[in-house]
Amino acid sequence: MNKVSKSPWLLHYDASSCNGCDIEVLDCLTPKYDIERFGIINTGDPFQADILLITGGVNSQTESVVKQLYSQMPEPKVVVAVGICACTGGVFKECYNIKGGIDTVIPVDVYVPGCAARPEAIIDGVVKALGVLDEKQAAMQKSRR
Amino acid sequence: MAKRSIVPFGPQHPVLPEPVHLDLILEDETVVGAVPSIGYIHRGLEKLVDKRDFKQYSYIAERICGICSCGHGLGYCMAIEEVMGIEVPERADYLRVIWVEMSRIHSHLLWLGLLADAMGFESLFMESWRIREKILDMFDETAGGRIIHSVNQVGGVQKDMDSTMLNHLLETVRDMEKDLKPVVDTFLLDYSVQTRLKGTGILTADDAVALGAVGPMLRASGVEYDARVLGYGAYKNLTVGPITSSDGDCYGRCEVRLKELFQSFDLIREAVGKMPAGEISVPVKGNPSGEYFVRIEQPRGEAIYYIKGNGTKYLDRFRLRTPTTSNIPPLVETLKGCQLADVPVLILTIDPCVSCTER
Amino acid sequence: MVGRNEITKITRAQFFPAVVQKKTENWRLVQICAVSVDHGYEMSYSFCKGYDMETYRLELEEEDEVASITQIYPCAFLQENEAKQLFGVNITNIKPDYKDKVYRIDETTPFKKKE
Repeated sequence: MNKVSKSPWLLHYDASSCNGCDIEVLDCLTPKYDIERFGIINTGDPFQADILLITGGVNSQTESVVKQLYSQMPEPKVVVAVGICACTGGVFKECYNIKGGIDTVIPVDVYVPGCAARPEAIIDGVVKALGVLDEKQAAMQKSRR
Repeated sequence: MAKRSIVPFGPQHPVLPEPVHLDLILEDETVVGAVPSIGYIHRGLEKLVDKRDFKQYSYIAERICGICSCGHGLGYCMAIEEVMGIEVPERADYLRVIWVEMSRIHSHLLWLGLLADAMGFESLFMESWRIREKILDMFDETAGGRIIHSVNQVGGVQKDMDSTMLNHLLETVRDMEKDLKPVVDTFLLDYSVQTRLKGTGILTADDAVALGAVGPMLRASGVEYDARVLGYGAYKNLTVGPITSSDGDCYGRCEVRLKELFQSFDLIREAVGKMPAGEISVPVKGNPSGEYFVRIEQPRGEAIYYIKGNGTKYLDRFRLRTPTTSNIPPLVETLKGCQLADVPVLILTIDPCVSCTER
Repeated sequence: MVGRNEITKITRAQFFPAVVQKKTENWRLVQICAVSVDHGYEMSYSFCKGYDMETYRLELEEEDEVASITQIYPCAFLQENEAKQLFGVNITNIKPDYKDKVYRIDETTPFKKKE
């Protein structure tokens, strides 16, 4: 079976970010950084996605959406928390409507720090996620045998 | 009578990087009404003034939104300075204007790209964002961050620009102007762009005022209002006037933003030329006591900052009325009568910034 | 150019006629702001005409009712709903009334109490 990591599809979701990380994620797709050269396509459909990029901390409104998106993605799947808010809650941690980082709701595999996370860091995080994706796939195949 | 149906639009939609939801009431393909609902990414940032003192809060203010970040920092600091009677050094005023105009360029280019994307004009989207990278690189060089720079502080700015940076900035501005010419021609003259934008979503001048539109949305309807004319900061010494268009349609809003790009280039050049040497910040003593409303012109329109201090280092209240809050009612009005296929483009022409709106 | 920027105190009886007058003189509604004070609220309604800005300050007791201005300025609905949900200001007849569901939060009137 071919490796998923040769052409992973990305799903981006804004949990409650300030927009800064979102435009940097979008920036990764544009000519200067061009993440598509890794065979990556930005998709809007969780059923087709391998990597979930989440920006911003979780609030009571987005909690169920994040969980739903995660459960809709096929195995193997990797979650990348982009930006310090997605990692820990960041400067918004003490707001009454913020629960904390993404890992309070779903398991996170790669943490990308920064406020806002730079495109280079996001690409690094995605490349790291590809490694995790390979590992998860290998483990899946092993357990199937 | 045609059959009525309600179509939900959003919260996740390909043209919107952020969640906002509209219930569109349709008669066949024509929109006859729309009910907006927001609130997906509300964080309650205004409440954080209870936990962060007024100097620390300038960092939070900048993080209300990642696109208008520089302006939010400026508006907040100006409100505090006004209440405390702090006189900001002249060089700091000029530096603030340069950074704020740079962020206007970055915001408008971002919007142009998203508009092109909403129309399905992918290469124009890529080209706009490619040019935008140059101004982000300049932010990186001068402020040390691409999107959120935290340059404003109460009493001045945190960083200075030396002559190498300023020369580099002028070069970048010249390059960008040259690069932008074909992009501008495509937006204004291309047949397919015109068919999508001309005559769609017309907002008359009377409606714009009655519904409280701000920024390019207001000016595209022919109303001359640009808060920069008030002359806050260094704007009192610079040439600035409202740029208007007469048609009030999507094309007009696009035209206003394109022209504002070039106005910002001119303002940067003028500000760099007139900037005096000297200090960039003054020490701040004491705590704010009193209240004040500040108006500044953000890329998306006029924003209002209100602070109320009680003599302690924690403010009683900070309030921000963002441009998008004001532009949602006119958007709902312009949506009436348009075709379902035009809805994404129309929503984009107000340049919605949801994380600002919900704070 | 320096535009006017004033705050005028106003009573509840004067409030509605004053807003109607602003509307007939073609002022633009700029913002509505609520502040929690001891035993009540301060509501600020700002209007702009040209480059002048004028703010009406209405002082309310906690249980006072204030009528919505959406009949005069329909565009006030978002900000009035916000003040009602976050501060608990008793604003009646907002059109459309979001019934405290503008922001999807778990807490009720989080801005009412000071920490």
